[in-house]
Formats: sequence, C-alpha cells, structure tokens
Amino acid sequence: MKQTISVLVENRAGVLNRITGLFSRRAFNIESLAVGPTDDPTISRITIIVDNGNNMVEQVEKQLNKLIEVIKVRTLEEHHHISRELMILKVTANAKTRQDIVTICSIYGAKIADISPTSMTVEVSDTPDRLDTFQEMMRPFSILEVVRTGVIALQKGSGKI
Amino acid sequence: MELTGAHILMESLRQAGVTHMFGYAGATICPVMDVLREMPDIGYTLVRTEQNAGHMASGYARVTGKAGVCMVTSGPGATNLITGIATAYMDSIPLVAITGQVPSHLLGRDIFQEVDITGAVAPFSKHSYLIKDANDIPRVVKEAFHIATTGRPGPVLIDIPIDIQTQSVKAFHYPEQVNIRGYKPSVKGNELQIKRVVEALGKAKQPLICAGGGVWLAHAREELLELAERYSIPVVKTMMGISVIPTAHPLNLGMIGAHGNHCANQALAKADLLIMVGTRAADRAMVHPEDIERRMATIHIDVDPAEIGKNMTAAIPVVGDVKVILRQILERELTPPDSAAWLEKLRSYRKAELDRVFPQREGYVFPGTFLRKLGEKLADDATVCVDVGQNQLFACKYLPQKHGRLLTSGGLGTMGYALPAAIGTKTAQREKQTVVICGDGSFQMAMNELAAVKCENLDIKIVLFRNNVLGLVHQIQRSAPYHGPIGVALDGSPDFAAIAAAYGIPSTVVEDETQIDNAIDAMLTRKGSSLTIVNVHPDVTTND
Ligand SMILES: Cc1ncc(C[n+]2csc(CCOP(=O)(O)OP(=O)(O)O)c2C)c(N)n1
Repeated sequence: MKQTISVLVENRAGVLNRITGLFSRRAFNIESLAVGPTDDPTISRITIIVDNGNNMVEQVEKQLNKLIEVIKVRTLEEHHHISRELMILKVTANAKTRQDIVTICSIYGAKIADISPTSMTVEVSDTPDRLDTFQEMMRPFSILEVVRTGVIALQKGSGKI
Repeated sequence: MELTGAHILMESLRQAGVTHMFGYAGATICPVMDVLREMPDIGYTLVRTEQNAGHMASGYARVTGKAGVCMVTSGPGATNLITGIATAYMDSIPLVAITGQVPSHLLGRDIFQEVDITGAVAPFSKHSYLIKDANDIPRVVKEAFHIATTGRPGPVLIDIPIDIQTQSVKAFHYPEQVNIRGYKPSVKGNELQIKRVVEALGKAKQPLICAGGGVWLAHAREELLELAERYSIPVVKTMMGISVIPTAHPLNLGMIGAHGNHCANQALAKADLLIMVGTRAADRAMVHPEDIERRMATIHIDVDPAEIGKNMTAAIPVVGDVKVILRQILERELTPPDSAAWLEKLRSYRKAELDRVFPQREGYVFPGTFLRKLGEKLADDATVCVDVGQNQLFACKYLPQKHGRLLTSGGLGTMGYALPAAIGTKTAQREKQTVVICGDGSFQMAMNELAAVKCENLDIKIVLFRNNVLGLVHQIQRSAPYHGPIGVALDGSPDFAAIAAAYGIPSTVVEDETQIDNAIDAMLTRKGSSLTIVNVHPDVTTND
C-alpha cells in the first residue's frame, strides 16, 4: 500500500543524504521524494511516498525519527491530505495535432509553457494519478520528454505537523 | 595568546569531562595535538592501529559510563577507525571520535589523504559533524557528547578540517545546555503501559526476565536484580547482558540463543511471560522471535522505540530509560506472581547445566574446564574482555560471573576487540583485575597493542586459547553443508611466548588440564601483565 510520509528536517547540508541513505540501508523503497523549504527558513519539509507493508511504514517512521536532524515525522492519513505533483511534458506537435493537444490540455487544466514549430511543452499540476492519465492521453502524439517533481502533500483542515 | 579552533576544541573536551584520549597522529590533526601538549590533565594513549583507538575508547566507555574519546588523522587514519566505530555502534557504546580533515576549501577535490569520513560512517554512527567554522566547535562538542551518551548511546564523529583547527576565534564559551529540537529521547515510561506491565506480572505463572546490554548502559543492574528478587523471576541474558547477574545467583539461568546455555533456552521455550529489558531481540539471541511472540506474553522495555517491533512484536511495549522504567514498576503494588512450580522446574535444568561434565583429551585443555576454574579464582569485581570465536562462546557460556564485567563485541563480532578493549578499561580503572580471553586468530589481529600495554605499564592478564585454527570457522566448515576446512589453519603463527617476551611480558604454556590450577594462580598472583597460552585441540567444538 502506498503511504505518504511528511518529514520536517533541519534545513542543512547533508540531511537529505542521511534520509536517502537510511532508506537504501534499511531496504525501504522510495516511490517519490520531494523536498523544499517551509515558512521557517531553518526547516525543510520532505514528502516521501513509500509502497510497503504496514509494518514497514512504522519502522520507516521510527528510523527517521532517530536521525538527529529530523524534527517531526508523520504518516498522512489516506484521503485526509492534499497531494499534488507538477509535471512538465514536451510532446511533438504540428499544425495538424496542435489543436487536439490544446483540447486535452484544457480538460486537465494544463498550461502551454512553450511552443515551437515541431513541439509543445505543457505544465500540469495535479494528483499523481491524474498526471498518469494525462501522460497516457499525450502518448499518441509522441512524447519527447517528461519531468515530474515528486509528490508534495499537506494534511487537510487546520491541523499541522 | 591567540585562540584557535584547536584550542577551543581541546578546551571544550576538557569541559565535557574528558580526561583521556586514544589516538594516532597525522598531519591533519597536528594543530590539535599541539594544544594537547599543553594539557597534562588529559591523558593520551598512542595505539598501534586506529581501529584499536575505537576499541580502547569503547572499553573505557563501558566501565566509566562516560563517552570514550578517540582522535585520528584524516584519510587512512579515519578509514582505519571505521571498524572501531561500527563495533561501538552495534553495541550502543558511547564514543566521540575526532578526525582531522584536509583544508575545507579543498574538500571534494580528492587531495592527499582526503576521504569523506562523515559519509562513510553514516550507516553505523549515531550522528556526525563536519565543522566548517571554528566558532561552532563548542556547540558541536557539547552536542556530540550529549548525543553519544543519552537515549540509546552510540558513536558520534566530529570531522575537523585543518584550517578550522588553525582558524582564530575571538572568545571561548562552552554552552551549558544543549537544545536539539529533533533529539529528545524519552526517559519515563508511559504510566498506562507500566500498569499493564504490573497486571501481566501479577497474572504470570512462568515469568522470565531477559536482560540485555541496555541494562548496563542505563546503569540499571540494581533495579533489575531488585525486580527479579522481589518477585522471584528467573533471569536469562543476551551476550551483551551476560554479567548482569552472578552465575551463582539462584535466579540466574545463563545466556540464551544459538550459542547459549541449554537451561536458558529451556526456560525461554517454556515461559508464559517474557520481560525483555534493554535488548533488541537480535537473531543470535532469539533465533525464532515469531515462536516467542506466539507462545507467550511479552513486555519489551527499551530506550529506542525503533527496537520495539523491529525484530519482534511485543504485547506491551514500554519506551524510556530502562532504569527509570524499572523504578516505576518497582514503585507499584503488585501481587507477586505464583511461580513456585516454575522455579522448581528451572532449578533442575540449572543444576544439570552447572553439573555438566566437560570432555577431556590428553595433552590438551578443554576451554570450558579452564574457564570454570578461572572464574572461581578471579576477583569478585574483575573485568574480563573476551574476543570473538569459540573463545567468546565458551567464555559467555562457562566463565562464572561474579560482580564484575564481561565485555565483548556482541553485535558486530569484531575479532581483535578484547586486548584493546582491556587496555581501555584498565586505563580507566587501574585497580581492577583485568583479563583478556582470546583465540590465536583474534590475538594476531591485535597483538601490536602489546606496545600500549608495555608503554602505559598496564597489568593485563592475557589468556590465549591456542588451537592453531580459526576455531569457530573451522567448526562451521566441518559441518553440513560444507565439506571441510579451508583457509583456516593458522600455520605460520609465531611463537607467542617469544612475541610477549619481545615486549617484556612473561608467559606460561598450559599443556594439559593438570597444569590449570597452578597456571591460573601464578598468573593472578604475579604483578604485571602476562600471557597464558592454553593448548586447545583444533577439533574442539562449542557443542562439546
Ligand atoms: C574481523 C573479523 N574477521 C573475521 C571474522 C569471522 N570469524 C568469526 S570467529 C573466527 C575465528 C576466530 O578464531 P580465533 O581467534 O583463533 O578463535 P577461536 O574460534 O579459535 O576460539 C573468524 C575468522 C570475524 N568475526 N571478525
């Protein structure tokens, strides 16, 4: 089962290294990892998606907590958090296909970020599942390049970790 | 006088209570060594290879309860220390390791003797620092000692580039407090869980305590014995907890596990409540944790929440300082468990184990026979450092414990641990009778430290079981699925008596069992270090 873990860490050099090192050492699989600063410049938030058994997630949490630079760890409750991922996708486009691409983009709320005589680059931010289906829809046009940020997530409501 | 990073490092160490260091010099640690010259109150032992600085600091830490400190140079000095750090990590021993480093502006260029040591030790250190500004030194030292010694103890490494050691600083201020927001180990056990523990204890008919190294780390031996004695709960131990309860104590059942005492394993198989105290239920001690989970109620008391549920799911987990939690339990009113029948049954198991007759072979000594006699004759509070291999398993199983310590590398099983560890313990407590037990393989991994024994004028009695093979591996290779010994004959070993003599250390050879008594008496009465070489047959196994 996929689970989303939100981790607050000291915003210092080497911290990410310790976290990823811990995952590989303990044979925990990282599905996605995204990191960025929080409102407090001394703290970063890392969002990690793991696809492991239930037991595993508890061990992951405990092991993360043991790292000195980890301030807080919380596994986000399913359906009780907002998660988003940003994708930038470059697809082949010409006079014939351009309009079809634009139509699909508007359905998914994707923005055209760049255009050239033979290609279009679009950006879309959504849940990972929706990004997957968007990517599928683009595939027939011949995808040139894709980049995704990894999932970021916050719990719903006024609570915070 | 101009204040530099090196000055404030040494001054911080002094403020942290450091009175002795184990180390090996090199260019990138010279500024600090230069300040050490001015500090006669901080002792320094020059090791013969850096790994042993880690082991010495470990021995020192285990008997003092303070963090052991070792200091080496960058590059090969730091990499040589790695095994010492990993050994300490696996046994949760508090160390502060200081490594010199190349100038900070050259980091990452692979210059002479540069190695990413903080990166290298990440998997087996509790924490590490790479200092980039000398003004951070006092805070880092304060934090390092705090992290190393609190919660679940462990090694912390501080890497200091040479330009940071020479950087001038305006003032020195050693912080009084630490505040690390991501590090707040639990101390007190949750009262609700304590209540559940007490209820479970009251209901048990066949309770059993399993004591691990955490009992020592928390200085909770007295509390553990009080709990056992007050409610007549028998005690088994892991290798790390071995000397927690004397062998002669009526509640002692010995060591559990694949290489443990039969009576301890029998008790573990039949208990209805297992109280694990400061142990991680590792594979060597608890071979089939899933069986234990299924068959009995379990209470798991440990300071590290990650250990609870890692190897075994405990019915009642209690996280916090082992000593504090045991006190919390002792403060509660409790109907003593009705364990009379259980104790009676265990008494017969225990007797069978203590009465066990060892095999005899002409012209050789069986290690168990020697160890039983040695244990009888040792001082009540002796420190015994034990190496790895058959010698370790024999000592843990058969060396009678009194009120001293048995120190060994349990988690990593690092050969060559015993002699340097003993040098560390002896440095801390000159008055304690100190004995090393090792095999001829392990001794050859550490015998260069006889120089430290000599130079520091230490009195360490070394017992060497000489079987001319890497005994434990030889034993493994002679049983299925393998087809026989290969690469384990210690041909070419030196004349150990001559080696000892070269360091001015006298020796005796125990050729057969008739010579045991005299040899032990002579060894223990003679002042000063000695080497006692005991002839052991290569085919002896730990199951004999
Ligand atoms: C550094 C290290 N290398 C290898 C091993 C694997 N090993 C475990 S026991 C053993 C044999 C030890 O031989 P010896 O010291 O002669 O003791 P004995 O078993 O004969 O008592 C070996 C090689 C180890 N534990 N540590």
